[in-house]
Amino acid sequence: MSRFVERHPAWALIAIIAIAVVLWLIFAVWPPGLEEAIGRKRVFLNAVFNGITLGGLYFLVASGFTLIFGLMRNVNLAHGSLYLFGGYVGYAISTATGSWLLSFIVAFILTALVGVLLQVIVFRRMEGQDLRQTMVTIGLSIVFADLMLWACGGDFYQIQTPSWLIGPVDLPLITAVKSSGEPVYLRYPMVRLVIFAASVVIGVAMWLALNRTRIGMIIRAGVDDRDILAATGVRIQLVFVLVFAFGAGLAGIAGVVGGTFQSLSPGEDIRFLLASLVVVIVGGMGSIPGAALGALIIGLAEQLGSVYIPTYAIVVTFLIMVLVLTIRPQGLLARR
Amino acid sequence: MSLAHEVPIPVRPAAGAQRPARTWPEINNPAAWIVAAVLLIMPLIANGFFLIEIFATTLILGIMALSLMFLAGYGGMVSLMQLTIAGFSAYMVAVFGVSGNANISLGWPWWLAVPMALALATAFGTLGGALAVRTEGIYTIMITLAIGAAFYYFTNQNWAIFNGHTGINTVATPHFWGVNWRADIPFYYVVLAVAALCYVAVEYLSRAPFGLALQGVRDNPRRMAALGFNVNAHRVAAYAFASFVAALAGVLQVWNYRQISPGSVSVSACIDVLIIAVVGGITRPIGPFIGALIFVLLRTFALDFLVRIGLDGNRFRLLIGLGFLAIVFWSSDGVVGLWQRWRQHQRREAERSGGGRRRG
Repeated sequence: MSRFVERHPAWALIAIIAIAVVLWLIFAVWPPGLEEAIGRKRVFLNAVFNGITLGGLYFLVASGFTLIFGLMRNVNLAHGSLYLFGGYVGYAISTATGSWLLSFIVAFILTALVGVLLQVIVFRRMEGQDLRQTMVTIGLSIVFADLMLWACGGDFYQIQTPSWLIGPVDLPLITAVKSSGEPVYLRYPMVRLVIFAASVVIGVAMWLALNRTRIGMIIRAGVDDRDILAATGVRIQLVFVLVFAFGAGLAGIAGVVGGTFQSLSPGEDIRFLLASLVVVIVGGMGSIPGAALGALIIGLAEQLGSVYIPTYAIVVTFLIMVLVLTIRPQGLLARR
Repeated sequence: MSLAHEVPIPVRPAAGAQRPARTWPEINNPAAWIVAAVLLIMPLIANGFFLIEIFATTLILGIMALSLMFLAGYGGMVSLMQLTIAGFSAYMVAVFGVSGNANISLGWPWWLAVPMALALATAFGTLGGALAVRTEGIYTIMITLAIGAAFYYFTNQNWAIFNGHTGINTVATPHFWGVNWRADIPFYYVVLAVAALCYVAVEYLSRAPFGLALQGVRDNPRRMAALGFNVNAHRVAAYAFASFVAALAGVLQVWNYRQISPGSVSVSACIDVLIIAVVGGITRPIGPFIGALIFVLLRTFALDFLVRIGLDGNRFRLLIGLGFLAIVFWSSDGVVGLWQRWRQHQRREAERSGGGRRRG
């Protein structure tokens, strides 16, 4: 951090000013002139919170994608299908048993099993042929999409939020001051905050597991040079299967989250595949912190964009990707 | 650049291994002449439905897939945005030309609207290509897929130019010299002429110095850079050419359906173009057309076929996906590759039995 400040003092200054402006926008009571110029503070805060929580969901999807890519060099374009599959499984479980937490567990296990099958049956046979693997994942995503359309139809499903998470909470953020001088606090849905907290916990746990444990060390070594790792006697195929299962399982969990946040329908698989593509392109392929940063940027850009420039929201996301590609083609936090 | 003129480089290692490099292999191939003749007299054989719904549609999809084949086969860049470029060009024809949505269309005559659409779509594709060449291999797939998806969502959201999810309807088609060029038979010949032109252009380019340099870039970019070739410039130029070909297909497509909507530029349609090219074979320019024919036949008749064998007729995409998987699993160069292998096998069999007889 201090090296960055030393090397680019101007950029560091701009970044500090930008962070200060954002913090002021979030915590201060807006003067009337600003409210007239860009609208109510409540709208802005809601967009920011929606963006951050959407970023949490994107992180869950994209981290599995980036983990699989980082270790196996396999661009799994069927990742969106795994997301949708997890969502449908979660819906089925939560309507059958009424338990929201159980639906997470079952969705994780089932999508992880699909991941294991994919790795063992399909990808192990074509190791090292990146392009062919990618083509196979395209074919698989078509087949999965049609099978799920067959099984679940084209309807919209929404997973029921458990009763103890329904309802808004007051956050200690002042959105406006009433004429009587009484402050108005921001009210925000509890479930989104809980899910965001959970995705932060998962992200931190993944980071710790990758950087502080033995299996994490093996995975990081595999990302750097899997041939040498295999030569040292590690059973690399087992590691591959485990990582693929974990990444797929994360997509399944994200499916349940997405089914609670938003809704599940055919076409969502492609939407979330695109989101994870853009997130990992922006953040850097194969990097977990990169996926977190990319998810945050894209989630915020999407939500703020849809509030302030509704017609061009998707273009903002795309422009961010173009900008990153021109300045840092490898992604913001990639090592190479 | 000029080095490539003097240095004899073997053309296309796959084909060059069995056949010495010739300028136009089709000229000595009777099968090619028969196919050309059949295509020319097709209006005598087929009625309107087959002529337009099967053959013209096949040729249009084939041109799109041809642009992908050029990039993937000769340049080693698998671009999923070729359909997006075609769709952009189709939208531009509708926006600049005459259509039922008078508040959007500018009402230019077709001979102004079409060059404008071609130029804009080529510029769009070249820009996208310039972005994509900053990365390599599988990254190219991801970035072009992201571009295609972004365009799809943009057309859905934008009402000022693209008219949202309803799209632009009743696009006018050209009438001149007393001919309605969208009538079945003239339109078929227009499509056939454009397809033939694109095919010949790709065949020619694959043997021209530029195409040879491009294939060199595909096989070993570092060595080509060391030889003094500008690797990225070659790649961007390849994108520009492929974009122009795709844009031509887009113009024909909007004339064919007389409307354009976000559904025609959706992500699954982008992937369909890849499927067509891969199933047909991305090593030779004829592959995309064969792939397109298979795809169109399946799309048109799969419903009847599936119902007849007792399955749900809506499982067309499942069939396409499984077929694509099978091709990717067993033949990396598609149907054309299967055919070539079968021919080689036959020839070897014939030689063996022929040699045996001579010896005996």
